[in-house]
Amino acid sequence: MSKRIETDRTMHSTSPASTRRAGRRHPLAAASLLVVGLLATGGAYALATTSATAETTTASAQLVEEGGKLFAANCATCHGLQAAGTAAGPSLIGVGALAVDFQVGTGRMPAAASGPQAEVKPVQFTQEQIDAMGAWVAELAPGPAVPPERYVSGDGDAALGAQLFRINCAMCHNVAGAGGALTQGKYAPSLAGVDPVHVYGAMATGPQNMPVFNDLNLTPEEKNDIITYLKYLEQNPSVGGFDLGALGPVSEGLFIWIFGLGGLVAVTIWLTAKSN
Amino acid sequence: MSTATEPVTPVAVAPSRGMRLTGWAANYIDERTSASTAVKALGRKIFPDHWSFMLGEVALYSFVVILLSGTFLTFFFDPSMTEVEYEGSYVPLQGIPMSVAYQSSLDISFEVRGGLLMRQVHHWAALLFLAAIGLHMMRVFFTGAFRKPRELNWVIGFLLFVLAMALGFTGYSLPDDLLSGNGLRIIDGMIKAVPLAGAWISYLLFGNEFPGTDIIPRLYVLHILLLPAILVALIGAHMVLLIVNKHTQFAGPGNTNDNVVGAPVMPVFAAKAGGFFFLVFGVIVLIASLFTINPIWNYGPYDPSPVSAGTQPDWYIGFADGALRLIPPGLEIVVFGYTVSFNVLIPLVGLLVFLAAAALYPFLEAWVTGDKREHHIAERPRNNPTRTAIGAAGVTFYSGLWAAASSDLIATHFRLSIEGVIGALQFVTVAGPFIAYFITKRVCLALMRRDREIALHGYESGRIVRLPGGEYIEVHEQLDDYERWKLVSFEEYQPIMIRPDSRGRITARQRMRARLSRWFFEDRISPVTQRELESQRH
Amino acid sequence: MADGHDGTTSGETAGTVVESHASTAPSSGVAVERADRIANPGFRPERLRVTDLDPAKERQAERTVSGLFLLSVAGSVLAVVAYVAFPIVEGEPNSIRLNNLFLGLGITLGLLGIGIGAVHWSKALMHGHELVEERHGTRGSDDTRAKAIEVFQAGNAESGFTRRRLVRNTLIGALVATPIPAIAIFRDLAPAEDPVALLKQTMWKEGVRLARDPSGTPIKASEVTIGSAFHVIPEGLSELESHKLEEKAKAAVLLMRLPLDRLNERDDRKGWSYDGIVAYSKICTHVGCPVALYEQQTHHLLCPCHQSEFDVANHAEVIFGPAARPLPQLPITVDEEGYLVAQSDFAEPVGPSFWERAL
Repeated sequence: MSKRIETDRTMHSTSPASTRRAGRRHPLAAASLLVVGLLATGGAYALATTSATAETTTASAQLVEEGGKLFAANCATCHGLQAAGTAAGPSLIGVGALAVDFQVGTGRMPAAASGPQAEVKPVQFTQEQIDAMGAWVAELAPGPAVPPERYVSGDGDAALGAQLFRINCAMCHNVAGAGGALTQGKYAPSLAGVDPVHVYGAMATGPQNMPVFNDLNLTPEEKNDIITYLKYLEQNPSVGGFDLGALGPVSEGLFIWIFGLGGLVAVTIWLTAKSN
Repeated sequence: MSTATEPVTPVAVAPSRGMRLTGWAANYIDERTSASTAVKALGRKIFPDHWSFMLGEVALYSFVVILLSGTFLTFFFDPSMTEVEYEGSYVPLQGIPMSVAYQSSLDISFEVRGGLLMRQVHHWAALLFLAAIGLHMMRVFFTGAFRKPRELNWVIGFLLFVLAMALGFTGYSLPDDLLSGNGLRIIDGMIKAVPLAGAWISYLLFGNEFPGTDIIPRLYVLHILLLPAILVALIGAHMVLLIVNKHTQFAGPGNTNDNVVGAPVMPVFAAKAGGFFFLVFGVIVLIASLFTINPIWNYGPYDPSPVSAGTQPDWYIGFADGALRLIPPGLEIVVFGYTVSFNVLIPLVGLLVFLAAAALYPFLEAWVTGDKREHHIAERPRNNPTRTAIGAAGVTFYSGLWAAASSDLIATHFRLSIEGVIGALQFVTVAGPFIAYFITKRVCLALMRRDREIALHGYESGRIVRLPGGEYIEVHEQLDDYERWKLVSFEEYQPIMIRPDSRGRITARQRMRARLSRWFFEDRISPVTQRELESQRH
Repeated sequence: MADGHDGTTSGETAGTVVESHASTAPSSGVAVERADRIANPGFRPERLRVTDLDPAKERQAERTVSGLFLLSVAGSVLAVVAYVAFPIVEGEPNSIRLNNLFLGLGITLGLLGIGIGAVHWSKALMHGHELVEERHGTRGSDDTRAKAIEVFQAGNAESGFTRRRLVRNTLIGALVATPIPAIAIFRDLAPAEDPVALLKQTMWKEGVRLARDPSGTPIKASEVTIGSAFHVIPEGLSELESHKLEEKAKAAVLLMRLPLDRLNERDDRKGWSYDGIVAYSKICTHVGCPVALYEQQTHHLLCPCHQSEFDVANHAEVIFGPAARPLPQLPITVDEEGYLVAQSDFAEPVGPSFWERAL
């Protein structure tokens, strides 16, 4: 019931979600988005489920079919034709549309060369192609779906979000979201400028070595609080001035040696040179 | 060249109103303090001019800035660890429980106008203070300015360095944010590793189990009372000895071991040094107004469960943190049920030995050379290759440890694996000093050889001349006497010969000294002598 | 052995100089003293500055210096203006940034104006010649030293410090003994408990539920999906009246679920996990940082402070870095409502090693 209402509401108004995403979309594709995108994402997400895994997505058969073709052409080499995984890539059964949205939408997939971890690259597909592949993957088995706008709006509780961020995220991503090192050349990337949907997607799906923060560990509202905090950091540059990468004492130490003491040494040279 | 006894003659003018007032004030003070004695003794003291002689001043002036800004901060800071709920203006912390210390640090940053500026001035000045001390120590070491009669002042300076680190660390801990709390957590872990009494020392220091509710007030007392008081006293002693010993100077025409050549305190040096204080202060405030330092609001209050990637101490503690990081796994043993943590004790003891070696080096060198004369000419580093190489080895060792403290950031920024970075830095720290020693010594000897060449044959002028016979030669330009003096006026030592003592024995001590002196002075290059110079000219 | 033609010498030089111990002058040790050293050429003739030669330049320098001092006054005034003009406005973080920036720049101008002005004054306008001061040996003159010795001898004679040995030695004994109370009174820096006993126990005991940090809500086993990592505190920690952080510093736990086929369990710990869910102390066995960086594919835990790595699939054994011991495991099971609970406290003390740890 409520699913229907949600879909109707978003169908008639241009929802903030679609406005936001328009920026990344090929202009010719705009017309199909209202139909396709909302069916695939907004409608299906109206009900917050209480189970840890089951996030079912309903999508039109046409979309699924298109996604299947894209998958076969671009992903099946590594993940297998039925996405069951090969030696080169993991199984995608049950990862959900959100994992596809995150991996493909940030350019991590299709992966370029094998390295410690997949890198962010220019995005290879339009948003509706990504959504189509997501729909196809979601058809294989239920998994996390792309969240509705209200969970990625960034209008939650920044203080709670900051607290949750420190406990669950900061050890890898740094308290200011500047990123950090992991083992064997892997790293937790910087979170500056990351799309809220992708932040949400990373938490919900646990890409690569990141742990999964399912909805019973961090509820969708709590995920939104974390997004709110990250948004606060982005919108409010450090009050003390340039933040030197927010890397903490290391960059401060290098700065004082190179520019502070270096500058003063230059001053001493001027000071002790004989005037002409 | 004038001498101190020949100043510019003041022009005799009828005393003006202002001068009469100055005269009256001077008389008033002198009749009560005998100040004229001090002015007479110190007013025309000579200070030599060289940029590297100003580094200690950078340290001194940053300390004054630290005192000024720190006093401002004490008016607002409250070191209590009582838990409160934050209600200040920083949105991402509103409603979060935290200590009063952290809350008052946030209030200084967010509610007090100029408070954040003073915090940043204080912290930047602290980093600069230690950096300037470090560079100043290197200057003194590499120019041999610690030799007699300045060995004690070297030790005092070393103590100042250690105290400055202690002040820095206690200050770093005071805001009670996540970063400083984890720093204290590491200190706690290191203390616990101390054999026999570790658990007890930690328990007493923290006033309970870690973290307790006493550590911040205790560190605060150390930070604003005890440590600065000792530091100020030692700075006083450092300055008094500086005046008593007079400053060293580099070899230069006219400069001898028995004179000081430079500018008098009144007025040139006073103007320069006074102006330099304002320059140092100004540069610190400029940095503080443009660049964030320690954004404590990002870190949140201390809580034993969270931690941030990139948890590092301030730069001057980095070498200790790096030493902890470089230890390979598994170095812990249990003897008769007692646990000995070599993974913590090796870095701890190793660093103490390293610091002690730095503090005691002047005495070692004095023993090896047996030179009891006073030395007031600062050596050019190349002219004492072994010492310079030892210094370079020490700097490499320290830098390896220091870099290890940022191993994770090196890994992420250069796309390397953290294990690889740590392995490489283990190599740098262990083998690097030997490589640095070898290279530095060779470079110094090569430079000395070149100096010798130039002193004897002049430098290549770049002018090619064709001789009547058709041969092309490059004209060598001879140095004048003043330029040459810089290249030939250095001390030369040679290895000691072992001689039996009065009872006809050669003691182990003598043998040791002979071995050390051979190590120091085996490879050496003698200065050009007058005879060589003359034979070259003919 | 002999000096090479380029002045290079190596090895021990046989020859005249061994070590000179002249009677009065301080020893020069192993320094080589050569008779034919090149002589000091004396001072270089001084070069005059443009301000010494050209009165116009001198006046210009004067104007520059006073201009800089005036600039400093302007800077100080600007700082006060900035203090008022850029107040801190509640809810506008940028106002703090502006206050910091402009107040700071004003003060900077005030300081640098004086600094540059004073230095320029000294360099361009003050008497520019170098002066010479004689050095004298640091030691006091023989006369002075003789007087100082007399003072000591008089002091000694008048007090009998060396003669009255009993008095002297008992005084030394008394002085050595006086700091003892000062050491003793530090005992009350901490309460009268045994820290070793405290370090060996945590809040965990049989039946205590594992709860989320910071909310304190208990966790059901079904909620911990594969790949998940939960940051855990014991239920009831948030309600503690006192010692909350002390307890948390020992009881913080990381909860992870691994695929069963990846989990390698020792026989004596067979029952400590629940369906692939394992709980390990978060406090590093090195120096106590929270080891919280969990990689869900490799099952490695990394400490961000000193880069110790632990293998969760293998009893959290150390695979890299300075730590010497595995992280202690918390034995867990589920209660009748499906919530994860501790079976007992940790079997060993958590956190950094200490002397009495293994006793």
